[in-house]
Amino acid sequence: MVLGTYKEVVTARSTDKQIQKVSQDGGIVSALFCYALEEKLIDGAVVAGPTDEFWKPAPMVAMSADEIIAAAGTKYTFSPNVLMLKQAVRQYGLEKVGTVAIPCQTMGIRKMQSYPFGVRFLADKIALLTGIFCMENFPFVSLETFISEKMGISMELVEKMDIGKGKFIVETQDDVLTIPLKETHGYEQAGCKVCLDYVAELADVSTGSVGSPDGWSTVFTRTEGGETIFKAAVEAGVIETKPVNEGKFGLEMLTKLATQKKEKAMKEIDKRKGMGLPVPFKASSEKEDPLANV
Amino acid sequence: MLARIKEFLGLGAKPKEVSEEPKEVVSKEEVEKVAEEKTKPRIGYIHLSGCTGDGMSLTENYDILADLLTDMVEIVYGQTLVDLWEMPEMDLALVEGSCCLQDEHSLHELMEVREKAGLVVAFGSCAATGCFTRYSRGGQQAQPNHESFVPIADLIKVDCAIPGCPPSPEIIAKTVVAVINGDMDYLQPMIDLAGYTEACGCDLQLKVVNQALCTGCGTCAMACQTRAVSMTNGRPEVNSARCIKCGICYVQCPRSWWPADRIKKDLGL
Ligand SMILES: Cc1cc2nc3c(=O)[nH]c(=O)nc-3n(C[C@H](O)[C@H](O)[C@H](O)COP(=O)(O)OP(=O)(O)OC[C@H]3O[C@@H](n4cnc5c(N)ncnc54)[C@H](O)[C@@H]3O)c2cc1C
Ligand code: SF4
Ligand code: SF4
Ligand code: SF4
Repeated sequence: MVLGTYKEVVTARSTDKQIQKVSQDGGIVSALFCYALEEKLIDGAVVAGPTDEFWKPAPMVAMSADEIIAAAGTKYTFSPNVLMLKQAVRQYGLEKVGTVAIPCQTMGIRKMQSYPFGVRFLADKIALLTGIFCMENFPFVSLETFISEKMGISMELVEKMDIGKGKFIVETQDDVLTIPLKETHGYEQAGCKVCLDYVAELADVSTGSVGSPDGWSTVFTRTEGGETIFKAAVEAGVIETKPVNEGKFGLEMLTKLATQKKEKAMKEIDKRKGMGLPVPFKASSEKEDPLANV
Repeated sequence: MLARIKEFLGLGAKPKEVSEEPKEVVSKEEVEKVAEEKTKPRIGYIHLSGCTGDGMSLTENYDILADLLTDMVEIVYGQTLVDLWEMPEMDLALVEGSCCLQDEHSLHELMEVREKAGLVVAFGSCAATGCFTRYSRGGQQAQPNHESFVPIADLIKVDCAIPGCPPSPEIIAKTVVAVINGDMDYLQPMIDLAGYTEACGCDLQLKVVNQALCTGCGTCAMACQTRAVSMTNGRPEVNSARCIKCGICYVQCPRSWWPADRIKKDLGL
């Protein structure tokens, strides 16, 4: 199953105009955290907050809706959110922590929960893990290369970055610039090449843009906890939903991209293993479902 | 009971070889049978060159400690816990601390543990990796010659390791429960970790970044118990002056080993 185990999949967006304005897609991540904060289901959330450097995020503990909304939008570079979980519990004293994580970050968090070797009194304080889809990530200098060098504009003019329809897209106040995704190849981080998870299969709720129209998100509810919070947010009118498009521009597209990512990763895993390099995942010959994230 | 688990696993072999065997050595039926019997394992706690922090961490399982001690296990030996000088036979021995090669008594005690215990567990990073006793170099009163400290697997065959400085109360509880239930799937990583004795923060660079595996997730920096790891441009940076060689950063990295099936089970997925 290339989309992981899930209870339900829908197309959804935040009903909050303020969130709609700044969010990457349907604003599901921000809307869920704001709702959970208000309902005291979490008492803070680790998000990718802004720093002094444009488009270079850093993990931060957001304790108010304003802080959550200030961190909305996708930054296509590293924000090692997992490291802030411990601070959230120790320095900020949170008991119920929300966090947003790309798939590799969910893997770090979930492994820590199942095997908390040196990590005391944190595993059961993760109250809401919102996962986001991820095809690949880029070192910061790769972004600078796309934007400053290839597009010829300064990073600080950028209002939004996006990847879609085969392009890397940058919006400024009065312009939309693109480069073909082909030109970004070779600039991804090497660790992404063996990644077998596209849609954050181990999150409580996972969300991304592919599979839904612009301004909307595709949302999977996966765990009991995730389903409960998402349904409550919908019931409270914070999030609106519609049935996901099953066809070519919906689940079919998502399935296709997830399959492509996994097939490519499996090839790389097999190749590296063939060279005797260490890879924590099984070779395709060693597993029942060759595309499973094991 | 533990002797049987041991038998199923063929633990006479070195840990490395065990890990390469298919995991299905223990059939479902056998595990259920073992779980059913629920004989209280006889547990010993052996204190070598450690700080008692690992033992303390065990007692921090406040919620389950009373049940654990009265119904689930029998603590038969341990200097801080039981008034007994002669080491008895044990199903499971938790060994805390590394071993000083210049201390005959420690050497003797360690050899005796191996003889008397069914399963020997390196309990905590000092026993498992040497941890900060790796920095010992003698020259202090009252034993200036006490300078060489090694992880216990350098001297005896260790069946499994629970690294951590200290290991979290949760992992100790999870391990004990897994032992009682004969849940060998859960214990497998700890059996594998018995071979991880030369730990260091630099493993992140050598075994993850150098191997094209790092994703910049930040788990290592979260896990480090001395805050020796920070993230610079999406990669771990280890302050070697702070690193105590406990191995936790590498052990918790999702790119060192990946227990996918266990995680899915725990999440109900
Ligand atoms: C590196 C990367 C690659 C992605 N690739 C895809 C893809 O291939 N297909 C797809 O459908 N979706 C992809 N996404 C997800 C998508 O871009 C949106 O993040 C997602 O749809 C959530 O949008 P939203 O409007 O619900 O969230 P918002 O309300 O806008 O909130 C987004 C949240 O993500 C956090 N965040 C931003 N950047 C990062 C980061 N680098 N690391 C961790 N957290 C971050 C923000 O702090 C914020 O909390 C990717 C995201 C990232 C970070
Ligand atoms: S592709 Fe995988 S490894 Fe790379 S950033 Fe995304 S989730 Fe992490
Ligand atoms: S935990 Fe592993 S993959 Fe994650 S940042 Fe550290 S070394 Fe890289
Ligand atoms: S960097 Fe930290 S976690 Fe890693 S071995 Fe050193 S002290 Fe332990």
